Amino acid sequence: MAVITYREALRQALEEEMHRDKNVILLGEEVAQYNGAYKVSKGLLDTFGEERIIDTPITEEGFTGVAIGAAMAGMRPVVEWMTFNFSIQAMDQVFNNAAKMLYMSGGQFNIPIVFRGPNGPAEYLASQHSQALASVYAHFPGLKVVAPATPYDAKGLLKSAIRDDNPVVFMEAELMYAWEGDVPDNEYLIEIGKADLKKEGDDVSIITFGKPLQIVTEAAKVLEKKGIYADILDLLSLRPLDEEAILKTVKKTNRAVIVDESWPVAGMASHIGWIISNKAFDFLDAPVELVTSEDVPMPYNHTLELAAQPSVDKIVQAAQKVMYIREA
Amino acid sequence: MTSDKTTKQETAKKTPDLKHMLGQMLLIRRFEERAAQAYGLRKIGGFLHLYIGQEAVAVGSIAHLDLKRDYVYTAYRDHGHAIACGMDINGLMAELYGKEAGCSRGKGGSMHFFDKEKHFMGGNGIVGAHIKIWNLPVVFICENNQYGMGTDFRRVSSVEDFSIMGQSYGIPGKQVNGMDLLEVHKEVGEAVKRAKEEGTPSLLEIKTYRYKGHSMSDPAKYRTKEELEEYKNQDPILILKSHLLEKKLLTEDEFLKMDKTMKEQVKTAADYAEKSPEPELKSLYEDVLV
Repeated sequence: MAVITYREALRQALEEEMHRDKNVILLGEEVAQYNGAYKVSKGLLDTFGEERIIDTPITEEGFTGVAIGAAMAGMRPVVEWMTFNFSIQAMDQVFNNAAKMLYMSGGQFNIPIVFRGPNGPAEYLASQHSQALASVYAHFPGLKVVAPATPYDAKGLLKSAIRDDNPVVFMEAELMYAWEGDVPDNEYLIEIGKADLKKEGDDVSIITFGKPLQIVTEAAKVLEKKGIYADILDLLSLRPLDEEAILKTVKKTNRAVIVDESWPVAGMASHIGWIISNKAFDFLDAPVELVTSEDVPMPYNHTLELAAQPSVDKIVQAAQKVMYIREA
Repeated sequence: MTSDKTTKQETAKKTPDLKHMLGQMLLIRRFEERAAQAYGLRKIGGFLHLYIGQEAVAVGSIAHLDLKRDYVYTAYRDHGHAIACGMDINGLMAELYGKEAGCSRGKGGSMHFFDKEKHFMGGNGIVGAHIKIWNLPVVFICENNQYGMGTDFRRVSSVEDFSIMGQSYGIPGKQVNGMDLLEVHKEVGEAVKRAKEEGTPSLLEIKTYRYKGHSMSDPAKYRTKEELEEYKNQDPILILKSHLLEKKLLTEDEFLKMDKTMKEQVKTAADYAEKSPEPELKSLYEDVLV
């Protein structure tokens, strides 16, 4: 075991997979000479050369399309978007080509590609640079969507994503790159589509994915001081979604809080809430609670932007609500 | 700087008020320096993209506009354009500080300055979100500071002259030296004239250079010190100053006085931003359709 950062975990996964398979290439803005806008690809240009680590112009739609074409021709591209906010420019390519190609071609063309980069709000970046787009990508059949929040999960999932024969949308976060955690020295993979129970407790299930895992963990500690013990289910994958794991924890605790930093309307959280009410209705002791971002674009002002997002306090309140605990 | 805008614009149409434009460039330079300082003190957060080195482009271009009838749209490096449009720097600095008195009520920050009244239609944060074209009276300016974040544009572009890119739409294009305000002013003037008299678009590639990194977190290691020095020797403020000194339209004393005034204005703006109140929590749900 070694303690490494989330950033380093991603870099190791890329490096290992590029050694393993010469068809793996990395392309995006600033990935080569600049070593990545967030230094995820540090040193890879020196190791693999400019034919495999490719700087692109600022044309998300263009280079995403080029990569999808390369995938159709047998390459296994990893596309780095400097942020998912800029991926909005490339959505036509992702939704109309990557997601649908296998289906439209009657199974002839699979697209082995990874789209990765930071998603969701960081700090002080205002409306256009603070969007959590997991629900948008998870809406499209034909895509796999994963959102790991620890170095261990990030490395194992990225390796699986690169080996996957389908398009995988891989969501990171600016604020997570410096997070540290244990990663084994030996090679390992994490299966796409499997959730991970990060902590066990009998009173309430808190279900989340991606960056909010950290505040969920903190909230669980606060709840323990109040004598409330939470299961923390980290979904890791949004598509395919591990329904079995969701239902298992809810059937155990009979109460669920879903934490999702996306907006509340037509989001992952509301979809999971529907799954629970549909398939575990008789097990519920309280209506499912959602903790999401407020239904507004992100403001620049720091106090306002924090108020707009899920917080430890909001999660604690929601857990107490599903347990019918009212604090004086 | 806060002199009557109408007078300024009318003057600009007849003979260019070069002294006024020099003042605007200086104000932008001092504003940006102050913003960088405040960022260092964590008064400003997020991305801060400075305009230092590029002042002649915004000032020389916007001088041709009548902002009662004309509009300015720009990208995320928008401070210089906002100042050249005559926006109140107190409101701009307050926006950088995230305050209620900011030009976007503390909700936009550095990349999203707006002023409906001044026809400054904003800082847009997403590169490549282009406007599509009919035959409209628009002057498209590709302000080429030569680096897309850390990548030299020559490494990722098949052409070095972006002004040809309008040709497939029949849009005339020209390359312009953006370090020389007089050249910017002349060329943009012709393009604006074409737009107003013939109702047709133009595409100008104005080559400029940013002295600082892409944003505050960028140490700019991808370029040489020599290259940076070479451009600093063609500083747009110094070029215009030398021109005015030579033509005896300005004295060294006047220049120093002008610079002092700008520094004072910027200091006032920073004090104003510092003292302005934070937005109320309820403003989170204001200005949005729900």
